[in-house]
Amino acid sequence: MLRKTLQAAASRLGSAPRQVPLRLSTVARPAQDHADKQKEELRPLYMDVQATTPMDPRVLDAMLPYLVGSYGNPHSRTHAYGWESEAAVEKARQKVADLIAADPREIIFTSGATESNNIAVKGVARFYKQRKKHVITTQTEHKCVLDSCRALEAEGFAVTYLPVKSNGLLDLKVLEQAFRPETSLVSIMAVNNEIGVVQPIAEIGGLCRERKVFFHTDAAQAVGKLPLDVNAMNIDLMSISGHKLYGPKGVGAIFVQRRPRVRVEALQSGGGQERGLRSGTVPTHLVVGLGAACAISQQEMEYDHKRISSLAKCFIDKIMENVSDVHLNGDLERRYPGCVNLSFAFVEGESLLMALKDVALSSGSACTSASLEPSYVLRALGINEDLAHSSIRFGLGRFTTEREVYYTAEKCIQHVKRLREMSPLWEMVQEGIDLKSIQWSQH
Amino acid sequence: MAASSKLRVLTLYRALLREGRKFPSYNYREYAVRRVRDAFREHAGETDPDEIHKLLQKAEDSLEVLRRQVTLYMTGSFHVKSSKNLPSSLRFL
Repeated sequence: MLRKTLQAAASRLGSAPRQVPLRLSTVARPAQDHADKQKEELRPLYMDVQATTPMDPRVLDAMLPYLVGSYGNPHSRTHAYGWESEAAVEKARQKVADLIAADPREIIFTSGATESNNIAVKGVARFYKQRKKHVITTQTEHKCVLDSCRALEAEGFAVTYLPVKSNGLLDLKVLEQAFRPETSLVSIMAVNNEIGVVQPIAEIGGLCRERKVFFHTDAAQAVGKLPLDVNAMNIDLMSISGHKLYGPKGVGAIFVQRRPRVRVEALQSGGGQERGLRSGTVPTHLVVGLGAACAISQQEMEYDHKRISSLAKCFIDKIMENVSDVHLNGDLERRYPGCVNLSFAFVEGESLLMALKDVALSSGSACTSASLEPSYVLRALGINEDLAHSSIRFGLGRFTTEREVYYTAEKCIQHVKRLREMSPLWEMVQEGIDLKSIQWSQH
Repeated sequence: MAASSKLRVLTLYRALLREGRKFPSYNYREYAVRRVRDAFREHAGETDPDEIHKLLQKAEDSLEVLRRQVTLYMTGSFHVKSSKNLPSSLRFL
């Protein structure tokens, strides 16, 4: 009886923050003051949405109550604070599951896609190591998958790093030949973070299911942007990241299929939360944010996709029309349009990035943006070193505007032309000299 | 569509646009205005009263979210104070 009353109280508590209207005195701030503030806050344009996306205000709105009043530990079973948080976590789990057509019991919350990838790759390989000691992945995976595979190799596992075609896509025949009787896992990303190509996930899933090999896909860049169905695509494990789909950083999820059941060895020991796969208190506000981001993405997917496609087309067309020797890296058809990776021949990528300092861009993945090495993804495509050095990734997202795209393209054209005019190599090419024929003197 | 419903649609549309335009952040402001316009345009030919009721409810919920978020953004508390090292830019905004 008492419990029932408390639960009723808890449900009231849960809805309370939404009903109380915010009355902050600063709303009436004079317009001039406000304009000054804005001027102060001028920042570079943001065109790096593959690194991270700005949080959608609707996501923040859903999170706020759990950052302030509703602070209960979702694992507390003895009071209303706990029940309230638990209810919010379960609602979020349902939303994440809905987006990928999974069952909510198959969703495990983690700290992000890196952790999810670690759990998938190491967890599955280690669980089945008695009978199967082989893992297949590709050379263009994210660093966290490749590094997890390296760790497995150190433990005595065999790992096959499949090459990709020059368009960035995996050749299914190459995959078929790589299977061994002792293969336990295939891990292939859905959308590449650097070049945006979309791997044939459903076909790969089919091949794996036929051979009873588990299939993990790192879908950090795909979830919420492309329609995904874990059952139709025969996906056994999937990594999801919060901050790539306009949600908060520090939260992600892993989908672990129940039927046929995928067994995973947990990496973290502790209180046994999340079905024992990921111990540690679930951060309610972050999980609520991830859930909201998934629900919004599901609702906005078609609208966003249409818009981002047209923006990307305008951007690419404008650049291609105005400068020569520009290459769009990755397959032209099977790609997520919001990731545009261009190589500007005879221009050094870092110089162009410096020239475009009022636009936030990157030459590739954020994890490796500190190093001057050309991207290993581009090298895996067989792109020569010079061209790999001259590539820049442009990220277009939900909040990118036409003016931003136009401005970036204009600036890009202007600086590529300027840098080329300064380059002796460009001058030689214009004179018709084949650079490959030059014998560079050794010092 | 009943006259009262028509009035409600117009009132909501105007309120949503007015609120969206208040966003201090350029990108959110542009998105809010564009998204509201496109959503109303998309459903302009809707005749099913149940569907209209559902859409209006959604618009009202969105207006509430928008009001709360605009209010919070306008307090200025969402900005990191020391951003002096960042390159200045965006002359056209």
